[in-house]
Amino acid sequence: MGEEITLNITRYNPDKDGKYTTQRYSIPYKNDWSILDALNYVKAELDGSLTYRWSCRMAVCGSCGMMVNGTPRLTCSTYLNEFYPKEITIEPLANFPVIRDLVVDINDFMAKLKSAKPWIIRKNKRDEDDTSKEYLQTTGQMDKYYQQTLCINCTLCYAACPVYGLHPDFLGPAVIALGHRYNKDSRDEGKADRREVLASEHGVWKCTVVGDCTEVCPKHVDPSAAIQRTKVDSAINWFFSFLTGRK
Amino acid sequence: MDVINHDILIVGGGGAGLRAAIEISKSNPSLKTAVVSKVYPMRSHTVAAEGGSAAVLKEDDNHDLHAYDTVKGSDFLADQDAVEVFVRDATREVVQIERWGCPWNREEDGRIATRWFGGMSRKRTLHAADKTGFHLLHALFQTSLKYDTLMRYDEWFVAALLVDEGKLGGVLALDTRRGVFSILAAKAVILCTGGVGRMYAFTSNAGIKTGDGAALAYRAGAPIKDMEFIQFHPSGLLRTGILITEASRGEGGYLYNKDGKRFMENYAPSKMELAPRDIVSRSIIEEVLAGRGFEGPYGSYVQLDLRHLGEAKIMEKLPMVRELCLDFAGMDPVHEPIPIRPTMHYTMGGVHTDKDGKTPIAGLYAAGEGGCVSIHGANRLGSNSLTELLVFGARAGRSAAEYVPISKPCSSERLQSLAKREMDIIQKRYMQPGNGKEKAGAILADLRKTMDEKVGIYRTDDGLKDAVQIIQRLKERFTGIRITQQSKVFNTELTGAMELDNMLEIAHVIAMNARIRKESRGGHARKDFPKRDDEQFLHHSLVFKTPEGPKRETFPVTITKWKPEERKY
Repeated sequence: MGEEITLNITRYNPDKDGKYTTQRYSIPYKNDWSILDALNYVKAELDGSLTYRWSCRMAVCGSCGMMVNGTPRLTCSTYLNEFYPKEITIEPLANFPVIRDLVVDINDFMAKLKSAKPWIIRKNKRDEDDTSKEYLQTTGQMDKYYQQTLCINCTLCYAACPVYGLHPDFLGPAVIALGHRYNKDSRDEGKADRREVLASEHGVWKCTVVGDCTEVCPKHVDPSAAIQRTKVDSAINWFFSFLTGRK
Repeated sequence: MDVINHDILIVGGGGAGLRAAIEISKSNPSLKTAVVSKVYPMRSHTVAAEGGSAAVLKEDDNHDLHAYDTVKGSDFLADQDAVEVFVRDATREVVQIERWGCPWNREEDGRIATRWFGGMSRKRTLHAADKTGFHLLHALFQTSLKYDTLMRYDEWFVAALLVDEGKLGGVLALDTRRGVFSILAAKAVILCTGGVGRMYAFTSNAGIKTGDGAALAYRAGAPIKDMEFIQFHPSGLLRTGILITEASRGEGGYLYNKDGKRFMENYAPSKMELAPRDIVSRSIIEEVLAGRGFEGPYGSYVQLDLRHLGEAKIMEKLPMVRELCLDFAGMDPVHEPIPIRPTMHYTMGGVHTDKDGKTPIAGLYAAGEGGCVSIHGANRLGSNSLTELLVFGARAGRSAAEYVPISKPCSSERLQSLAKREMDIIQKRYMQPGNGKEKAGAILADLRKTMDEKVGIYRTDDGLKDAVQIIQRLKERFTGIRITQQSKVFNTELTGAMELDNMLEIAHVIAMNARIRKESRGGHARKDFPKRDDEQFLHHSLVFKTPEGPKRETFPVTITKWKPEERKY
């Protein structure tokens, strides 16, 4: 018998008893297994009913976020050897309603994403679908927004955000970062269209600058900095509208 | 059963599906259009494409050159009229996605930049660092959100196409969250479900790549084309098979054997590391068979060396390669060569379509990796598939949008009876309460092992004969599959069983076709028939499902400007 490691996994099935329980699984310890490899082992060998999302297993599709020992992580790129020989607790992402076991409901995130208008907006709508030539954009102009394009919508930042935990109306880190991404894109003219949402009572001003979002982001999007910059932009806009009387 | 009415359903929310959806939404917003996907669209496997998207943009390039490179890359099995349409539309499509926000890398003057790629005679591969698929998919998804008329069924699994006398009437789909089946009625359905990668053990493909669209179309009576052509990408990261992009070589990376020799000079002296994928993958296997590979705990391998590119270039052009190596192989390509071996990567075949995505079933369309026009023939060139998603996603969308106003819907009663028949099959096949004994995981593991060992890079008659027999036995075992639960909510055992059933169905066709094609062409390499044989096999294979089993027919290859010639690099 080789070495073993214990996983403590949250179980919840509304079809069964609708109660949250923790189930212990002892599995072979493999030095090169990710948490996702371990979950796939449990599902194939021990318990076919264990339920979780995964797909790319290369940290880009954003499906497999879970709480690992209390911290939001992508389980495909988090390894057992970080914890061994200690036990590992695996729970559904915090701050989201649970659908079943480790699967959470992200429809709130999806609706908020749309509300921030994350697409190129032009004053002349015909520009948007004009394929005669590309917009010119220098590398310097791209640098202003590129970091925020890297968001994979994994929602780890929502699970980490204490404000979202208390105020589910808060737009949240990733959505604001993506709104900011388009605002800073030289091809875009939609800043005013997004202001209503980003600077609303549920937008940037709710953020209390805890910075946990930036810490847990697996793609170094730095949502916290994006939120603070959007605050500065909307403050400047407010100041100028006050001076000039325009809205 | 509930019936929800639509005009057009797009099954699959990856690059091809979203491009089709946007095309329909912007050209005819009055059509009731929905994307049905078993995952949220931005989770689709397009997200994992890395190196780039090919199109003619630069002054030193032209459409004939791109077309010829593609045809030669295909080992002359591509339909040349389709390729000509493809390269022409490509130029427009890559600009369109730029206008929708894709952050293409730029030249100093602000124009879109291009890089070298395998088998391309010009520098024509547009790229967004080495996260091109990711950026392309998110640009499409986020752009799709601006169309309020576009509906989505996220995490709905399509279990069957409902076809009434050769005409599409809708789909039977499972809302995985509620565990309830509904009829989604539609005059047109566009299948954009990707390839079959997960039937192989060592693959770059995501868990969701289970050949669903090919199986749905095949069961509904549509032929599937050229399924024997599977692409093995030369650079899979050891242990996992995760993709290390061809852009690594496009940006100047070298391949070494254990003697420290750039072995590609023996196989493709003019192109070296930038020969097409089928050739580079076979060359790696030859090196290993000749005892010139490295050996390690994860098997034999060769080295991909990027060190001479330097940290700055790697961080600018290949940041994801570095991330993947650090996260999934525990090594840093800035300081060490990357251990790689060929990984199953792409399905050249798919649902048989014409240039507008039409299948022989009225109202049924397909596009993307899951479709087969064919522009890739026996071997796809790297960076042609992201472009294909855009070109043929848009074309299928336009074509479906034109078809819908002139077609009549299937009656609700008829749909109910078709759906009932399918539900009976589902009940019997997948939901036997504890009767079965066969574990899905064990059947899948056996399938994956068989495909790797017997339907891999090199094939022989004996191996393929075995493979067909093993797959037939696995299909029999599947009839005794055990589902341990009857839960409705998010029952991944049920959807997993349906996916496995899809893979078994298609694997059978792949192995059968590979055995019949007694020649070597592109990605299909027979040890016992090492030469291409245009006399006997310059044709596509079409396979139909019949009660007696898969039935193979041939279909002519369209040749316009480029006569088949010996393929040398």
